[in-house]
Amino acid sequence: MFELLSYGDAGWGDEILAGLAITMQLAIVTLPIGLLIGFVAAFASMSRHAGLRAIGFGYTTIMRGLPEILTLFVVYNGVGLLLNKLAVWWNPGGTNIEFSPFAAGVTALAMVFGAFAGEVLRGAFQSLDEGQMEAGRAIGMSPRKIFFRIRLPQVWRFALPGLGNLWINMLKDTALVSIIALDDLMRMTKVAVGVTKQPFTFYLLACLVYWALCVLSEVVLNHMERRANRGIRRV
Amino acid sequence: MNPFDIVVEYWPRLLDGTLMTLKLTFLGAFIAALFSPGLALIRANTSPIAQAPLRLYISFMRGTPILGQLFLIYYGSGQFRPFLQDWGLWGFFRDPFNCALLAFALNSTAYQTEILRGGIMGVARGEIEAAKAIGMTRLQILRRVTFPHAYRIAWPALGNEIILLMKASALASVVTVFDIMGRTRQIFSRTFDFSIYLWAALIYLCITAIFVLLWRQGETRLSRHIGPRNTGRSILSPPEGPKP
Amino acid sequence: MSEADIILKAEDICKSFGAVEVLKGISLEAREGDVISILGSSGSGKSTFLRCLNFLETPTTGTVIVHGEEIQVRDGKPLNARHIETVRSRLGMVFQQFNLWSHRTALENVMEGPVQVKGTPKAIARTAAEALLERVGLQDRMDMYPSQLSGGQQQRVAIARALAMEPDAILFDEPTSALDPELVGEVLKVMQSLAAEGRTMIVVSHEMAFARDVSSDVVFLHEGRIAERGTPEQMFTNPQTEVFQRFIANVK
Repeated sequence: MFELLSYGDAGWGDEILAGLAITMQLAIVTLPIGLLIGFVAAFASMSRHAGLRAIGFGYTTIMRGLPEILTLFVVYNGVGLLLNKLAVWWNPGGTNIEFSPFAAGVTALAMVFGAFAGEVLRGAFQSLDEGQMEAGRAIGMSPRKIFFRIRLPQVWRFALPGLGNLWINMLKDTALVSIIALDDLMRMTKVAVGVTKQPFTFYLLACLVYWALCVLSEVVLNHMERRANRGIRRV
Repeated sequence: MNPFDIVVEYWPRLLDGTLMTLKLTFLGAFIAALFSPGLALIRANTSPIAQAPLRLYISFMRGTPILGQLFLIYYGSGQFRPFLQDWGLWGFFRDPFNCALLAFALNSTAYQTEILRGGIMGVARGEIEAAKAIGMTRLQILRRVTFPHAYRIAWPALGNEIILLMKASALASVVTVFDIMGRTRQIFSRTFDFSIYLWAALIYLCITAIFVLLWRQGETRLSRHIGPRNTGRSILSPPEGPKP
Repeated sequence: MSEADIILKAEDICKSFGAVEVLKGISLEAREGDVISILGSSGSGKSTFLRCLNFLETPTTGTVIVHGEEIQVRDGKPLNARHIETVRSRLGMVFQQFNLWSHRTALENVMEGPVQVKGTPKAIARTAAEALLERVGLQDRMDMYPSQLSGGQQQRVAIARALAMEPDAILFDEPTSALDPELVGEVLKVMQSLAAEGRTMIVVSHEMAFARDVSSDVVFLHEGRIAERGTPEQMFTNPQTEVFQRFIANVK
């Protein structure tokens, strides 16, 4: 069995590693975009403007309530159609624009991540200790400084467990892009299965790799949580 | 085609798909609910070493994509076909619905076990002691004190889990089960009408909304005995994290 | 003293939590109608001892005999554990934190023991429970949940619940310590009436007035041993040991 996993022509090791690389790229690119969307959604949900609150609520409710695979298809097919319509309008007679599966994957995953992250962040912002902000104002700190040096570190501490969970879920979610033909870990596994006719072996391997990624993430997150909570006494 | 025409024409298939989704979800959750109480007790009451296999199973279910678990069962069983045939199990594993149901049941069992364990650990020790003091057997204490309280405590999280399971059920379409997602893809491949996806989204959202309302009613009934309480939660707030 | 009168007997109860020895050999006898107050400063082990009597804590060694039913413990293991539930059903317990079942009404709380443990038919248990709740003065609150009752009312329901099992003896674990001062009286009154009707009671408490005026015997625990014991008159008017003298002085 080990020959199957080795590098080179006979083994699938390098194809699977290439798939893993795509998976990691997907996750790493999605994270900052998803966090950005999360902050926007959180601020919208907490705004004084009723309209903005409605948008925030609507966005998070819908994106959290839909199956991720549906969102993926909507983005992949929908944006693709939209881009084509735009392209035709912009440049009639020109070639079709391909909305790459990678871009579709990132968009869909980031939108879902952002919706859940928005709720986590909102919860974190609403748990803050206002007294510390007041202390900042009392010494004459500018609102900007207060936000970045007092508010944000606290939000980070409260939001980290929730966001960490979302990261792990997102890692697993990346497997969905295999369905829209992106050559991630899952898809490369599927290809290997098609040739070697050993589905159990290879899918088990894929699962073990995802498992390892998740366990590793948990270890790192635990570390980060402990660091973020330094000086805080456990209640 | 205008968005409404497509529904008029294809509503039987969508209905079919909806029923299939509901079947997968609730059957899967139900099977998990049969096994999770016992497993949760093991998780709550035994030594770490005795629990190790259980914890491994739970960690695997939570640490791997459901898609992977599904493929492992549906496609993976093919690798053991002769063995399964000898045991008369091949008929079971050949059917995509069975494989999907098995995958979802296994997955949900792991999550429900952890949720219920949290509930069990939240039961007031004093009430259990009072039950002991009055002479109830261990089984009686579980039936009359521990589990009534544990389920009430775990109720919101269990509802969450069922919603996540329903979202995961959409993956069954990947192994050719014709649930909502499966029908939607089928209809799209015929019509290339994008609006069918929006209708699918609407169906999922409606099911979720109705379920949340019913589940919250259940929570009210279970919490009759608790005095006035400030929960501060929106009746429509859906789950806390995706379940891929 | 005839053996037949002895309701509850504890022989040489020792209890250690790991390396810490909390009870160092306590023996006690309760005859029918005795009201025994167990006093001691915190850490003396009095609650632990009480909880050993109905095996909510398992002694490390010792023997507990309730109306003929004997359970010996060696090395932390009871020798006939199957009898523990029988012993428990013969002893009532009233807890500091009441420990009513919060998902059942007052009436249901009182009925639960007879129906589930003794197999009493529901209708009979209900009638008996109603009578007991009336006895403790709560006939108007039978269908209320514990969350709707005050602390004193909850404790009275707890007493009714213990009585419903028709126990040989009732154990009280600091029954008034968690109550607001103005509610303590109503519970003590019920306890007094129980003593007056001849119930066998073992009470761990800080209420000195109860120990002095209602008990038949007082036992003073210090660092896991019985430092002094006797009738209230003997103990309070003529304390023998220095530890007990200091205890009384501090409590004043």
